[in-house]
Amino acid sequence: MIRLTDQPTAKHRPGSAISEPDARPGAILWPTFFSRLARNIRKNGTLFLMALPGLALLFVFQYMPLPGIVIAFKNYRTSQGIFGSDWIGLKNFEYLFKTDAAIRITTNTLFLNTVFIITGLIASLTIALLLNEVRSRYLARVYQSSVFFPYFVSWVIVGYFGFAFLNGDSGLLNKWMERAGLNTVSWYSSPQYWPYILTAAHIWKSAGYWSIIYLAGMMGINTEYYEAAQIDGASRWQQITGITLPLLLPIILINILLSIGRIFYADFGLFYYVTRDSSLLYKTTDVIDTFVFRGLRSMGDFGMAAAAGLYQSVVGFVLIFVANWVVKRIDPEKSIF
Amino acid sequence: MAVAQHTYSTNYRRRGAITQTIFNLILMAVGLIFLFPLLLVISSSLTDEVTLARTGFALIPEKISFDAYNFIRMDPGRILSAYSVTITTTTVGTVCGLLIMAMLAYALSRQDFAWRKPLSFFVIFTMLFHGGLIPTYILVTQTLHLKDSLLALILPYLVIPWYVFLLRTYFITLPKELIESAKIDGASEWRVFFQIVIPLSTPALATVGLFCILMYWNDWWLPLLYIDSPSKFPLQYLLYSIQKSAEFLTTGEASALLQTVELPVQSMRMAMAVVAMGPIAIAFLALQRYFVRGMLVGSLKGE
Repeated sequence: MIRLTDQPTAKHRPGSAISEPDARPGAILWPTFFSRLARNIRKNGTLFLMALPGLALLFVFQYMPLPGIVIAFKNYRTSQGIFGSDWIGLKNFEYLFKTDAAIRITTNTLFLNTVFIITGLIASLTIALLLNEVRSRYLARVYQSSVFFPYFVSWVIVGYFGFAFLNGDSGLLNKWMERAGLNTVSWYSSPQYWPYILTAAHIWKSAGYWSIIYLAGMMGINTEYYEAAQIDGASRWQQITGITLPLLLPIILINILLSIGRIFYADFGLFYYVTRDSSLLYKTTDVIDTFVFRGLRSMGDFGMAAAAGLYQSVVGFVLIFVANWVVKRIDPEKSIF
Repeated sequence: MAVAQHTYSTNYRRRGAITQTIFNLILMAVGLIFLFPLLLVISSSLTDEVTLARTGFALIPEKISFDAYNFIRMDPGRILSAYSVTITTTTVGTVCGLLIMAMLAYALSRQDFAWRKPLSFFVIFTMLFHGGLIPTYILVTQTLHLKDSLLALILPYLVIPWYVFLLRTYFITLPKELIESAKIDGASEWRVFFQIVIPLSTPALATVGLFCILMYWNDWWLPLLYIDSPSKFPLQYLLYSIQKSAEFLTTGEASALLQTVELPVQSMRMAMAVVAMGPIAIAFLALQRYFVRGMLVGSLKGE
């Protein structure tokens, strides 16, 4: 078991124990340097060649866009290109933060992602605990398959599912409400309901995935703990709160931390396809990612969209960095870097 | 004492049977809730259009009709073209992506590869910081000129850093002696990779391959950004464009029938969703355990 109090020692850091025997700090002997370089190329050339296509693709699609970040500080015109457009300093940011757009997309992103993390955790843990209690392996697999299935459905199709429930005239929900004598709701133009709808959609799509991960963690727990607890007369509930959950805590913590690291990034598909990009809902459903996309697509304001994108990248970077640093304290194996 | 113990254990067992039933009932309900939207869409695709308009979406169709599917069959051009685009991007992307990622991951997994650390950082950095949508979009459309090209649907997803590290983790567990003894026998790095490492890594490659297939098959993001001409629409994007435009049905051969027959718009949309979902649903049922294994490699390594 991994404890929070365990401090990573030097031997946990990969590679720190291995150092070149002839590496002397300070003095660089150029002949040695070149002969070592030649040896390196001879020895590592083929391996480098193997890595090259992948590295090249990453370079093109991940590194080459980076200089384009300057668009955030420019009045971008397609005809003038990225570097020909005029510098306007922080105007784009000023404009972004002066309107209520920045506050709206930031709070929506943070609020909904927080709700998703908490409700998703509760739902997937509950399902995993229930699955773990079921004795029939066959039935457990049937249940598991049906909760895992939505993970394979694309957001576009989830949008169709949602439409079957929510559309004004023939949607199932309105038909039910009609039958119950309630007033029908025009769902795609009533923003107040959407935090709930989006949360439900998020749970539906991802709870199966996470419950499988937690279930695997539960199955990895030594059965002797439970046997000992049963002899002492512990109830199932006591066993869950006393053994299962505490032993699962490291995995849970790490998953939460990694989600917090990505809390500034929204699941674009959920917010775009499930809401059908209905502008009447933006008050509660507009997030940074959809805002940036609209800047590109419909508003045509590349500068402000790029400013919002850079804002997301920078805050996101800090969050991922901090989250990963904490994860590394808990369990170096699980950290991304 | 013995009696007390006996009572305790029968009580415990009887309570166990009751709780088992309760747990099973709860899970059955949860499972049904999770499957409900799917069943609803399938049933409404099988509902007669007039009935659908009158009674709304319902789990059990009041009047069954295969009209929606018949209309799709009559004018299959768009969906067939979308299928072929999706199959092309999925196969090319998965095969090339797997090869490229495996080669990169293998190089990074070799402890004697001198540039392992800086190159690993080169890969990791892309997981931490992104240039953002706008610079990427301008690069792809104006520098690489990939607008409205199938390459724009394939290239950006070929190397997924997370999968590279998943593969690397697996390669590290392979016995080093195998690689070293093959090299002593005079095998080149390429030969070691293709004849020893790849055959030994089929479980990891299969898992990553399945995730790539799912990623390409379900992709709606790249076509949303880069694809304009309807002949290059992949499945997900076709579904999206159908959702957007109600008048899509009035083009092509189906329009000739408009005069005589009421077109099943609503049920046909749902039928399109079912037709697009079919293969991935079958793949899910057949290959689920490989996905599960892959997820666990990623999340529980070293447990």
